[in-house]
Amino acid sequence: MTIFTPSTEAEIVEAVQWALSEGAPVEVCGHGSKRGLGRPLQTEHTIALSNHSGVTLYEPDELVLSAKAGTPIAELEALLASKGQAFQFEPMDYGPLLGQAAGQGSLGGVLAANLCGPRRLKAGSARDHVLGVRVVSGRGELFKSGGRVVKNVTGYDLSKGMANSWGTLGIATEITFKVLPAPETETTLVVRGLMDDEAARAMAIAMGSSGEVASAAHLPVNICGRLVDGVLKGEASTLLRLEGFAPSVADRAAMLRGLLSSAGAIEELSGEISRKLWQEVRDVIPFADGTERPVWRVSMAPMEAYKLVASMRMGAAADAYYDWQGGLVWMRLDGEPEAEAVRALIRKYGGGHATLVRAPDAVRAATPVFEPQPAALAALSKRLKQQFDPDGILNPGRMVAGV
Amino acid sequence: MSGLVMPKADAATMSRRKEIVAALQAIVPGEGVVDVASAMRAFESDALTAYRQLPLVVVLPQTVRQVSQILKYCHDNTVKVVPRGSGTSLSGGALPLEDAVLLVMSRFNRILEIDYPNRVAVVQPGVTNLGITKAVEHEGFYYAPDPSSQIACSIGGNVAENSGGVHCLKYGLTANNVLGLEMVLISGEVVRLGGKHLDSEGYDLLGLMTGSEGLLGVVTEVTVRILQKPATARALMVGFPSSETAGQCVADIIAAGIIPGGMEMMDRPAIHAAEDFVHAGYPLDVEALLIIELDGPAVEVNHLIDMVEKIAGRNGASSCIISQSEEERMTFWAGRKAAFPAVGRISPDYLCMDGTIPRKELSQVLAGMRALSEKYGLRVANVFHAGDGNLHPLILYDANIPGELRKAEDFGADILRLCVKVGGVLTGEHGVGVEKRELMPEMFNEIDLNQQIRVKCAFDDKHLLNPGKVFPQLHRCAELGRMHVHRGQVPFPDIPRF
Repeated sequence: MTIFTPSTEAEIVEAVQWALSEGAPVEVCGHGSKRGLGRPLQTEHTIALSNHSGVTLYEPDELVLSAKAGTPIAELEALLASKGQAFQFEPMDYGPLLGQAAGQGSLGGVLAANLCGPRRLKAGSARDHVLGVRVVSGRGELFKSGGRVVKNVTGYDLSKGMANSWGTLGIATEITFKVLPAPETETTLVVRGLMDDEAARAMAIAMGSSGEVASAAHLPVNICGRLVDGVLKGEASTLLRLEGFAPSVADRAAMLRGLLSSAGAIEELSGEISRKLWQEVRDVIPFADGTERPVWRVSMAPMEAYKLVASMRMGAAADAYYDWQGGLVWMRLDGEPEAEAVRALIRKYGGGHATLVRAPDAVRAATPVFEPQPAALAALSKRLKQQFDPDGILNPGRMVAGV
Repeated sequence: MSGLVMPKADAATMSRRKEIVAALQAIVPGEGVVDVASAMRAFESDALTAYRQLPLVVVLPQTVRQVSQILKYCHDNTVKVVPRGSGTSLSGGALPLEDAVLLVMSRFNRILEIDYPNRVAVVQPGVTNLGITKAVEHEGFYYAPDPSSQIACSIGGNVAENSGGVHCLKYGLTANNVLGLEMVLISGEVVRLGGKHLDSEGYDLLGLMTGSEGLLGVVTEVTVRILQKPATARALMVGFPSSETAGQCVADIIAAGIIPGGMEMMDRPAIHAAEDFVHAGYPLDVEALLIIELDGPAVEVNHLIDMVEKIAGRNGASSCIISQSEEERMTFWAGRKAAFPAVGRISPDYLCMDGTIPRKELSQVLAGMRALSEKYGLRVANVFHAGDGNLHPLILYDANIPGELRKAEDFGADILRLCVKVGGVLTGEHGVGVEKRELMPEMFNEIDLNQQIRVKCAFDDKHLLNPGKVFPQLHRCAELGRMHVHRGQVPFPDIPRF
């Protein structure tokens, strides 16, 4: 067993070429914070980018930041905060859910897993903010795509192509992201006591208003006590986050209170507790229980997702909450992952995809972790993999068995 | 004359023209196949009118099934296909080929579904960009990307080009506003990417498709995000004694945490051409003019107008007018929006370029452009999406003077080389097409380009879709498949050194 810890691009190229010459598949990771996600790998060797770290370019006025793939996200977020900026897509931290310490993720993993957070509807995910990449392909070749400017359509967007590829197409060595001003002020309106379907309607009204709601989430009553030290305990809570300059936030909060006055009692959480609440929603803290009980991440149309949850609750002990105006479901089951039931319901309610983000190794080896694709699409994905990694040496089988 | 060289027409395909036309007529009956030269003339160029070519035949399908059958026929019979939306490409993306079927998607013009609670519209690709906004504006919604051709350009073409517009720093490009596609592969297979939900279950094929310039597949349905229109919008029109001070003002606005809805800069020649044309009240004694638009709730807009006004003052603005009415705001924009036709009035022809640069390099690039302008003896006017560094130099020339188009093309190429040299890129929103194809090696080395072509190979291994666009040379897929590293031949010890 060999663990490569390259600290330069040339060493990453050498490591991949070594793997090619040996015909030896490798696991590709940063600090290994998401090792428990995806299909378990059977590789003997590892290329870990944890030593390939450091910011290579940060120009706040130009809204761009480039760093080596192994740079810890926590370090980058602190740097951005010192200039009043942030990754607007607020990449989540899988650590707590997967039984690891928080703050272990690195930049490469943000793109490889296409991370994002509660601001997804308004601000997008990693794929929407990546501007350029340098990548070592499974052919052992270093290529670049994109650039360091915020508007660029020159050639295919291979930077987006790397998003959600889980290290199976190439090893990103250096990534450039668009960065934006951090919101000056934030506050959260909390509508109490709504059922899931009522919450979906309330969130749709809020998101479709001129209130510029940055995030909308719904916590059913049994979830509420598990966030921000139980402040919301007792009643279901529908959360609407407002961000921006203080006068604007106050104005929009007043407008939304009027708009939703008939929906239920409205409370408000401001400042630090609002920030903490959304971070915990983002990082799935309600299910960070130290167990390996199966957890699904389901993306559907916002007005359909609660129907899936309702159906699941009838047949299994399902615990769930919603982000993205209801379109993102985090769902924990007590027994088996029930993959076929979950995916049949997705098809029934207008489509989407479900990822089994947590389960014991044996379960993830036997269950398709990522949503299976129709034949023509699966074949296209396979052809793409072959064009980047013809010998199948990079994270083989991490996403789909045999690919 | 023009320096453009397109791939050599395939004589065998040309000789089968009758048979190809008949096969297409069998798939699309009635008036869906156009094969008479006089009628095909309407399709001989897109908005890059310097280049013209009659296609082999034009086909205008109406159903997904027909598109699938056409592509399958072309794939099975090795016939090239050039897809076309409304034909508004500024880079020649829809330029026909003599030996290729021109697949025109304009009959796919229906809005299929508007879903306000999920805030999406599902439309056919031939629907115009503005058509989407028109369909939802009575409910207070709109579709955010607004390329200047939005009245005519199709959403399918927007996907192919990843179109932008003046509001994209705040609201994103097409890629950030499209949630799903149905598309037909060259094999005839129909696949769906995304939908009303977000992000992909696997590889981000939607991200690869957006901006692929018609080389990977033919879009037959698009799901887009619709947004609530901002409650208000106001604009400032600010004059500066130099491009440096204007550029610093832009940097300071962003440093203050403000991302304006739009932030446009014009240089002296562009200001004068626009003012002469539409009389927008632009100051004529300034070197640079900024139009800065703030949108959102009235309280926010007023708050930000104050902040921006102070920043402009600190940067030595020589004039600053704030719109007091919707009418006045539209007048500010009238000149900027008419900049291209305004330049068209002062010159028989012009080439519109589209590079992006790091904003801090603006003064150096403008100085470089002035030097090039003297070298080539051609005038240039600049409009600039100042927030995101996207430059649109307009090169003035006269196509009736022999050799002048070629000179303008060379001037444009030198401008784009300069953009790349200072850390920028060849195209911010117009696409590579045929126009910037030969310049790709300025930005990418052979390995970079080959990896892009390998993506093409995954979608279209016979290179039948839109050949001659984007890439200077398309290597055969089999050739690219060879590995340069062979087992046992790499001189690396088994134990790593790092």
